[in-house]
Amino acid sequence: MASTLISNPVANSSDRARESSKKKKKRRSQSARDQSANTTQSRIAIPWKSEAQQQAYSSKLLQAIRQVRLGSSAPAAPRRRGGAVREAADRVLAAAAKGRTRWSRAILTNRLKIKFMKNRRQRVAVTASSRLKKPRVSILRLKCKNLSTVQRKARVLGRLVPGCRKQSLPVVLEEVTDYIPALEMQIRAMAALAELLSGSASGSSSVSQLGASRPSFS
Amino acid sequence: MSSRRSRSSRQPGPSRITDDQINDLVSKLQQLLPEIHDMRSKKVSSARVLQETCNYIRNLHKEVDDLSERLSGLLETTDASQAAIIRNLLMQ
Repeated sequence: MASTLISNPVANSSDRARESSKKKKKRRSQSARDQSANTTQSRIAIPWKSEAQQQAYSSKLLQAIRQVRLGSSAPAAPRRRGGAVREAADRVLAAAAKGRTRWSRAILTNRLKIKFMKNRRQRVAVTASSRLKKPRVSILRLKCKNLSTVQRKARVLGRLVPGCRKQSLPVVLEEVTDYIPALEMQIRAMAALAELLSGSASGSSSVSQLGASRPSFS
Repeated sequence: MSSRRSRSSRQPGPSRITDDQINDLVSKLQQLLPEIHDMRSKKVSSARVLQETCNYIRNLHKEVDDLSERLSGLLETTDASQAAIIRNLLMQ
């Protein structure tokens, strides 16, 4: 999977390259039309709560995680490997979103940026100096009391969701409305997978627990 | 980036964003949250909803991180053949 990502041209910063790497070429033209039209019809909600979605995600996640395991031959600190699993899970989740939402596109785009950071370190250093003023302005606006409470909290929320740092309030709300069910599905699938793996000796009895476990938050 | 112009009622986007739209989005978000949805109080302010959303997303991120750690630990001990068996179980 990593090799196909690298083989894609670096200059193509759009997310269509990522779509094809996930073998979803038929979605390319559709996502292009969606971005240009930007109507509510393009935002057909993906049923994150459905069992079928979770099953599909679980199988893809397992494939991706197994590749992570095989990729890291030399065991580094345990934290890094947990991060690698997290990144794989996020990537598969973003792929499951089929590029219709900003956060999914941002996740897929960021992965590629990090991969090519080594080659572009010089270019990044040049542009970083010119961008120094921009984060300062946004931080000032965050602490400025002229913003209403709702706006301020929306800014904080935008920082939590990938790809929504500088979006307006309704965009952030829309993205969050899709992001939360996706995260919940991710958690359900990973928890079921963990249960399955931990009880792999008696794997047949654990199948009935798939989809029945739901983490509770205090 | 954009100045405070975007904060006023005039949006440079495709449509004018009204307060009703924002309230509608906030109420939709409210239904997703487990705590506030259970309370079903109509007087929950938007700021409260957003605050709860932030906390909820942070909780979810933490859950994902914990599960990632657990999965990575489990994958070490699991054999490759067992992983194939599990995948077959998932496909059913």
